[in-house]
Amino acid sequence: MGSKTPLYDAHVKAGAKMVDFHGWDMPLNYGSQIEEHHAVRRDCGVFDVSHMTIVDVEGAQAQAFLRYLLANDVAKLKTEGKAQYTSMLNESGGVIDDLIVYHFSDTSYRMVVNSATRDRDLAWIEKVAADFDVTTNERDDMGMVALQGPNAAEKIQQVISADQYAEIDGMKPFVGKQVDDYFIATTGYTGEKGYEIVVPSQQLEALWDALLKADVAPCGLGARDTLRLEAGMNLYGQDMDENITPLEANMGWSVAFEPADRNFIGRKALEALKEKGHDKLVGLVMEAKGVLRHGQKVTVEGGEGIITSGTFSPTLGFSVAMARVPASVGDTAEVEMRKKQVPVKVVKPSFVRNGQSVL
Amino acid sequence: MSNIPADLKYASTHEWVRDEGDGTFTIGISEHAQDLLGDMVFVELPDVGDKVETGDDIAVAESVKAASDIYAPISGEVVAINEDLEDSPETVNNDPYGDGWLFKIKADDSSELQNLLDADAYEASIDED
Repeated sequence: MGSKTPLYDAHVKAGAKMVDFHGWDMPLNYGSQIEEHHAVRRDCGVFDVSHMTIVDVEGAQAQAFLRYLLANDVAKLKTEGKAQYTSMLNESGGVIDDLIVYHFSDTSYRMVVNSATRDRDLAWIEKVAADFDVTTNERDDMGMVALQGPNAAEKIQQVISADQYAEIDGMKPFVGKQVDDYFIATTGYTGEKGYEIVVPSQQLEALWDALLKADVAPCGLGARDTLRLEAGMNLYGQDMDENITPLEANMGWSVAFEPADRNFIGRKALEALKEKGHDKLVGLVMEAKGVLRHGQKVTVEGGEGIITSGTFSPTLGFSVAMARVPASVGDTAEVEMRKKQVPVKVVKPSFVRNGQSVL
Repeated sequence: MSNIPADLKYASTHEWVRDEGDGTFTIGISEHAQDLLGDMVFVELPDVGDKVETGDDIAVAESVKAASDIYAPISGEVVAINEDLEDSPETVNNDPYGDGWLFKIKADDSSELQNLLDADAYEASIDED
């Protein structure tokens, strides 16, 4: 038996097919993952993401600690609640985890990290924190849902009060705000507008039920994977891991090399790799029949690479993938599928945004 | 519990076979199989006129999750394919024993059907999985 989120019974009640996800019993789908995918692109869906790990960081040296721990620079965060996509690296520059960090003040931050890497993340954070005047606190008293889709703002108004909505009305993307018991952030993993809402565990099911009553579609891990892949967002453990640097995972934009005097874990390794050159993560598009899949071999100009994530794109109606390939890659590649070499297009690893193709 | 109609025969590889009584047999995949695969996105079917042997991989059901070979449960000639699946592969999920059929085979030897599983034996075989 795996760990259960506060919504386990609600999932079963909603007809979920439950699967093991890194030790958690999570919903794969509630019938059709493609219908759930379309619900998020066209209307609104809700995901249980309570398996993710929330860590609050407080203390006089909170900023100094995170500037050393994380590859992006939290000093860029000036306003209360502003969020940043970043990663924790090891000394070799490999990605221990990717995460979102929220800035409340220079002495108070919140990190949301992956579930798959929870124990390793917490051990690493504690080890690094030992040299700083900070306290870290895992918020396992909290659950979290992601409300995603073009109608998310309309739906959230049906489950919070007008006064509460006034607090978040017009909030820019990538900002979080504490509104009474809810921490509401304009973040997500789908390429749509929406919110991630952190709630005390015992209140989570009431929020979930209210959302379903407002005709929000419950969505499982299956749809979560096709949505994030269409949006060109990485999945930890698949598109990158401890042996892959952010530079090789299309995350270079989330590494702050400036200011040059900020030391962060992995910096030296990344600088050396930048100098030497490295593989890159690209997008692949195959309009012919068939589905690109994780692990398939890709032949490009100047060498070979591998598909890190592949799927059928429900929005586009054909298959897309992310692949790690030599930097010499051109506009086309060939993928070995079922013993045949199939031509594919090489694009930036982003396929759909706000319901529309960006190809 | 998976729906396993008693009037059909089954292969251990999850194809079902319906005897149409005129020497032809309709073939699809079981409800259990479509459930394992999840949402279907492409179905590649053989060509009408193809000669097939029992155990040949003659079709592919490709879902969001995986591509799965479909094997000929009996030898013979493909006499019809379900062309509607080209535009609506999800019919295999929604109606696996009805509109989600895949192809029809005119059997070389109808007695081959005896080698297939009945509903009880198929149910027992999937319980072991």
